[in-house]
Amino acid sequence: MGVRTWLESWPVYRQLTGSDPLGRGKAAMSRRSAELQPRTETADSMARSVCPYCAVGCAQRVYVSDGRVTQIEGDPDSPINRGRLCPKGAASKNLVNSKFRQTTVRYRRPYSTEWEDLDLDTAMDMIADRVIAARAARWEDADSEGRPLNRTLGFSGLGGATLDNEENYLIKKLFTAMGAIQIENQARI
Amino acid sequence: MVAKERGAKIIHVDPRFTRTSALANTYVPIRAGTDIAFLGGIVRYILENELDFREYVLAYTNAASIVSEDFRDTEDLDGLFSGYDPETGVYDPTTWQYEGQEAAVQDRDPVMERETAMPLQHESHGPGVSGRVRRDETLQHPRCVYQILKRHYDRYTPEMVERICGIPPEKFADVARAWTENSGRERTTALAYAVGWTQHATGAQNIRTGAIIQLLLGNVGRPGGGIMAFRGHASIQGSTDIPTLFNLLPGYLPMPNAKLHETYDDWVTSICHPEQKGFWYHAPAYCASLMKAYWGDAATPENDFCYEYMPRINGDHGIYKQVLDMIDGKIKGYLLFGQNPAVGSINGRAQRLGMANLDWLVVRDLFMIESATFWQNSQEVETGEIVPEECRTEVFFLPAASHVEKEGTFTQTQRLLQWREKALDPPNDARSDLWFIYHLGRIIKEKLAGSTLRRDRPIRDVAWDYPLHGEYAEPSAEAVLREINGYSLETGQTLRTFGQYRDDGTTVGGCWIYCGVFADGVNQAARRRPGKEQTWVAPEWGWAWPGNRRVLYNRASADPEGRPWSERKAYLWWNEETGCWDGYDEPDFERTKPPTYRPGPEAEGTEALAGDDPFIMQGDGKGWLYAPSGLIDGPMPTHYEPPESPVRNQLYGQQANPARKVYDRPENTTHPSPPEPNVEVYPYVFTVARLTEHHTAGGMSRFVEHLAELQPEMFFEVSPELAAERGLTHLGWGHVITARGCVEGKVLVTDRLTPLRIADRIVHQVWMPYHWGPSGWSTGDSTNDLFTMVLDPNVLIQEGKAGTCDVQAGRRPHGPDLLEYLREYRRRAGIEEFHHTPIITTDAAEASHRCGRTDDGGA
Ligand code: SF4
Repeated sequence: MGVRTWLESWPVYRQLTGSDPLGRGKAAMSRRSAELQPRTETADSMARSVCPYCAVGCAQRVYVSDGRVTQIEGDPDSPINRGRLCPKGAASKNLVNSKFRQTTVRYRRPYSTEWEDLDLDTAMDMIADRVIAARAARWEDADSEGRPLNRTLGFSGLGGATLDNEENYLIKKLFTAMGAIQIENQARI
Repeated sequence: MVAKERGAKIIHVDPRFTRTSALANTYVPIRAGTDIAFLGGIVRYILENELDFREYVLAYTNAASIVSEDFRDTEDLDGLFSGYDPETGVYDPTTWQYEGQEAAVQDRDPVMERETAMPLQHESHGPGVSGRVRRDETLQHPRCVYQILKRHYDRYTPEMVERICGIPPEKFADVARAWTENSGRERTTALAYAVGWTQHATGAQNIRTGAIIQLLLGNVGRPGGGIMAFRGHASIQGSTDIPTLFNLLPGYLPMPNAKLHETYDDWVTSICHPEQKGFWYHAPAYCASLMKAYWGDAATPENDFCYEYMPRINGDHGIYKQVLDMIDGKIKGYLLFGQNPAVGSINGRAQRLGMANLDWLVVRDLFMIESATFWQNSQEVETGEIVPEECRTEVFFLPAASHVEKEGTFTQTQRLLQWREKALDPPNDARSDLWFIYHLGRIIKEKLAGSTLRRDRPIRDVAWDYPLHGEYAEPSAEAVLREINGYSLETGQTLRTFGQYRDDGTTVGGCWIYCGVFADGVNQAARRRPGKEQTWVAPEWGWAWPGNRRVLYNRASADPEGRPWSERKAYLWWNEETGCWDGYDEPDFERTKPPTYRPGPEAEGTEALAGDDPFIMQGDGKGWLYAPSGLIDGPMPTHYEPPESPVRNQLYGQQANPARKVYDRPENTTHPSPPEPNVEVYPYVFTVARLTEHHTAGGMSRFVEHLAELQPEMFFEVSPELAAERGLTHLGWGHVITARGCVEGKVLVTDRLTPLRIADRIVHQVWMPYHWGPSGWSTGDSTNDLFTMVLDPNVLIQEGKAGTCDVQAGRRPHGPDLLEYLREYRRRAGIEEFHHTPIITTDAAEASHRCGRTDDGGA
């Protein structure tokens, strides 16, 4: 190690001679920290997203490495949040990767005291059968004065307001096609 | 905070001194549920001192319009307006109309309007009123809106504000002065509220009071002004624009009503009000395009676009009615899409008892929320009211994709649509709700493909072809957004504006107000031009409805001649040379319509709007200080006590909103309120709000370790005085009791809550967050269990912010003892059986009814 290299490895020297007189940036870096790369730079991909919590609509950048979300940050380009996120938005990586996340179908039989596993396709088929039956059970063609009703009161739906517009659109469309008028949303609550 | 750095003064009004208060210039404490009294006081201050922005008010509001001579105010009728029917509990609005227009509303059905939350349709446009109105530009006519408003708020003095709200007169004067001094030609003031403000039995009227002030001061349609709703969910605005609500179709088209809309023509005519000015006039095109989007090739002009397929509503089918129907076993199945009513909805016990009496329940969520596990770990399992071995509800839990595992648009609080790119696939069985609903529809269609039943025809015909992609056969969200935007069947091109929608079946369009989001075949919601590289209005970030306008009613940012009110507040202006409007935003109306344009007598629709009519969605083009139509509970906001209150209404004999919606059910008992006896059993006011670190019912925060760690347990906050009165110790246990439930938590004793002097007594308030339930990293009791279901009559939103309660030290009883504990309280309050507070508490109801109609002078 030459004298110069030795001197430059000394942070105070770098602080006094370099471009970082306060010693809060480059001057304070060890070799290890200088070589560290932010995981946002090494990510395989980045998607431009929006925070799923409140309606301020802060923009996010979602970084993915090896099929896993590694970082979610505020998008500095957004005129709304200019890179910032509140505690909820900042925790949204933790939301996506939470240990509590239930990622397989669960099924509870009537009168049962426990959950069972169920195949997704089977579940979809069973749900479709139940929707059709409930629809038929309380179908109404007309009111007492013969005016058309074309509807069922057999089942209902309640959506959260973190649904996408496209999802809400299809939900309302399918419910209407089934004559199912009992559909509501967090938006009323 | 940036505004504050740049010199803005921030005033924060809240029952509790919060972190926001600490950063504001002025903090104003208030009793929960008394906002109209406070803001009504400001209206009075403005009118009394003639501090309104007179040129703006005269040109752009209905201040000068003359109201029917049969109208009677709450001042005349002890808190009722004319037209109240004590039997049905709603108003006949005939006498509220502008002079000469009384007949316009005579065939209306106010009971049906309340039951079906009809005023909700007016979010995108004004309710029906004719454009031709008699006016007095001097504002001296005793029946002009300006004078009516002045009389209505005459007794809302600073002293009265103090008696009702507990706001000291000097604080009130400070706010009134700051607000008025910071409004006018050179300056504007913004009113921002969190949507808890709407969750009152007078929810819609709270916002109306704010709107009256902002219109009087010229703060609407101008930069830095406005009324900003801070809505609480990523796409809650989108969820009303493209609703999953029982009474609306996309774009605020009404759900067909069996009685009012038997035929397609009935339906369309009821929407477009042919006599009106404005954009709503083209409703036939919006309706036909929606029918084409729904029923595809089957919909033709000859068969009225399959209108016969449309299901009809004819009463209250809202969420609270549904819950009661579940308890009664009338509803068999329930689908929950990312919603947790077991914790998030008021009167949680009723919600859970309803779920325990279904045949089946589908829960789609990221986590095992309480609405999926009510049969395992709810308070009713603890009390023995739900026994798992006896509970027949079959539960399907289907895991959902998170926001980064699917693509689509959210509409944030300022009507801005932002597209989210997908970052990665969802894990295991997790799927988007788009996937779920699409495939559910596909399977049902397949199962019913051979059916010959008439009722299955809509399912067979519904247009359900969306391109699928990827391993999971995910439907294309962009294809759905394109359908929402609308396209021409002749050219296949996407439409640019809803003006291109047609009523002859040649266009498809799922939501007229969103037309333009896919203009030129480009997903405009995905635009991400950095904010720094564009003007401060940032029109190229996302896309805002309607027509990418960032400030609604922006014609009002210029004076009637089309000049900016001041250089400082320039936003849009008329350019005489080029013959069009210039400025920072999309103009709210035709770009080339000069300020001097006056419609001919035959003009209809948008052509009937003059060049100086900024409120393009209202039937008369004016901002409404007084709403002759469209609200169930009165043309002007009036102070009523919350349905549960410890004090008597100081202004009128009528205690609470006389048109409120109630459900008379044993599960839904209401506490005694004055003038009834036994008010002292539940003597305190409680209110609920969110913490920054949690989200609503906690479904997206209690299961997230960082957030659960930041706010790890249920607590409630009381003043040192209340703590002394009830023997509560800081950080010790305490519990809050109502007739519906009991909630325990740690007690936080702080002077952030102050006892308020209301009328002649001290009123204590308890503040509670409502994020907890029995699951997640951090668990606790659910505050929403404390509330009763009483609703605002306009939109059927619940009173979820002000109630009465008792508070005691220590933990609550657990197990079956809890039921006995609650019963004992009810016994002492004299409401052991069922009870609800009397709707009418004045003798003036008969008089109001008598003077409610103009045709026969009597009932
Ligand atoms: S980061 Fe916070 S403020 Fe921004 S949208 Fe998300 S929850 Fe709202």
